[in-house]
Amino acid sequence: MTDAVQVQEYDWSGYRGVLIYVEQREGRAKPVSWQLLGQGRRLADKLHTHLMAVVIGGQIEHLAKDAVAYGADRVYICEAPELRDYRTRPYSRLMMQLIEEVKPEIVLFGATATGRDLAGAIATHLPTGLTADTTELDVEPDPSRLLLASRPAFSEKMMATILCKQYRPQMATARAGVFEALPRDNQRSGEVLRLESRMGEDDIAAKVLDFVRDQTSVNLEEAEVIVAGGRGLGGPDAFRLLEELAEAMGGVVGASRAAVDAGWIGHEHQVGQTGYTVRPKLYFAIGISGAVQHTVGMSNAELIIAINKDKEAPIFQFAHYGIVGDLFQIVPALTEEVKRRKLAGEPLASEEGEVGA
Amino acid sequence: MPDSREIRIDPATNTLIRQGVPSIVNFYDLHGLEEALRIKEETGARVTVVTMGPPPAEKSLKTCIALGADEAVLVTDRGFAGADTLATSYVLAKTIQKVEQEWGKVDMVFCGKQTLDGDTGQVGPGIACRLDLEQLTYVSEVKQVDPIRRTVRVGRKLEDGAETVETRMPVLLTALKELNRVRRASLPGVIRGHRYKPIVWTTADFPDLDRSQIGLKGSPTIVAKTWVPEAKKVTCQWLSGENAQAAAAGACDALWDNNLPARLGWIRGGAVHD
Repeated sequence: MTDAVQVQEYDWSGYRGVLIYVEQREGRAKPVSWQLLGQGRRLADKLHTHLMAVVIGGQIEHLAKDAVAYGADRVYICEAPELRDYRTRPYSRLMMQLIEEVKPEIVLFGATATGRDLAGAIATHLPTGLTADTTELDVEPDPSRLLLASRPAFSEKMMATILCKQYRPQMATARAGVFEALPRDNQRSGEVLRLESRMGEDDIAAKVLDFVRDQTSVNLEEAEVIVAGGRGLGGPDAFRLLEELAEAMGGVVGASRAAVDAGWIGHEHQVGQTGYTVRPKLYFAIGISGAVQHTVGMSNAELIIAINKDKEAPIFQFAHYGIVGDLFQIVPALTEEVKRRKLAGEPLASEEGEVGA
Repeated sequence: MPDSREIRIDPATNTLIRQGVPSIVNFYDLHGLEEALRIKEETGARVTVVTMGPPPAEKSLKTCIALGADEAVLVTDRGFAGADTLATSYVLAKTIQKVEQEWGKVDMVFCGKQTLDGDTGQVGPGIACRLDLEQLTYVSEVKQVDPIRRTVRVGRKLEDGAETVETRMPVLLTALKELNRVRRASLPGVIRGHRYKPIVWTTADFPDLDRSQIGLKGSPTIVAKTWVPEAKKVTCQWLSGENAQAAAAGACDALWDNNLPARLGWIRGGAVHD
């Protein structure tokens, strides 16, 4: 077997830099774009190289500035009326043109419907390797400069690290909510370069006839506070208690798959493997036992407070604070207490005596 | 494909135990097949099912025949083993070209949104790209197929809403589960599927196959390492749950201790610039 493995040296010195695809709709960037820029910045710094972003669309000028503020050294922007809606052909042609021109060593996309659609087309055209749905991204320093793209496999039972040794660029799509965006820095400076679209509307067969925004969507991905409920709620009515708590804290309601499958709340609230991966500042897990399916989606929350009747529930292995008790009594009491302290403007423990408000 | 929900991990070796795992038709592919069968019923189209995989995949093809597909092709060869999505899309694109030679022009290719084991969603776009087909992914509704104008109009379901797109044939679509309800096989169908012998193509059946593009050799991505993730565990601080008020006060103290009210903008103070 050993003589079958040939170590061949490739010269990839012509490929440098990390390129992030900034996904947007109607001029609004998806949060995953800024999260990827944050991770891209870390990778680029480790490789001592530059971080690039590309924004394609109609009326997206302002996003160039945003991309710089979130960490890009250079932003490629392509703006044209025919690029308003995402369509595979014009977008992938532009990306191909850009990749051939700037030769990045790494290109990252959000693992969204659009990101996967686009990345899949580009990787085949180039051709190069593409790792889907990664949740960990790292690089090996010189000389290999390899992207270590890791992703869950086999229903999250395993993790696999995937390499692309013999082709450039190295490409991956990455899950939303897994990586952390850098704090926005409006003082950062960066270069903005324009790309020209070479396809006119007549060259594009696909026509987007309409788009209906999902009004019920709760935007779990951007929420700072999530109050999530599970099977322990026992039925749809208890979600009203969670709504009240969420409202008191300026948050949104999430749910485990068990609660969604039972029909107590819509799928757009689902946190976890088949729902959303979230990274709020505060996450309440209420009546949620803590199956892997759920915890992969929420364990990146900064602070997790779990309320459950069962002290042995696995969720307590993820929670920073745990309360064993009856959620039907604790949740309303908590809502009242939060409201009371917010009204009182209760100062932080460390600042007592300073903030007299 | 193996039913990934049934796969277990050998804790000693960190490898997958595939033994005894049933081979099933990828669930999203069934929705693609169902839509193809509906179009067949409407327009008299011919439905051919193809898969690349090891010989046991034959069983899945029989299922497709039982449901109403006209013929089924298993593309199998040791040389195809170890293929990543790029190499898989190469072989499937070659297969579709051969299907065209055998049975006539292919106007529509249906794939599942993604497989249940690989979960990548990359093979569909890969095939479309190689065959220069229009590409419509994440299709939740086929609204219109016009064989005269040679156009297809579909609904696509995305994270933030739903889109209606029209494009020309030939086209590749990837199916969501919302696309339709998969039928059950009829009794004559079951008998037909049982008796059916899928057509088998190997590398020998593709005279112009580029061997550097198939199997492990044709796969840019390699799995360097697998591991079972350690559950991310933190030390849980217990808050008194003896009565609701105490628990609520404890939870609030925790929020205030962690500076959350200021960071969430509930109260002034604690912010960096103040």
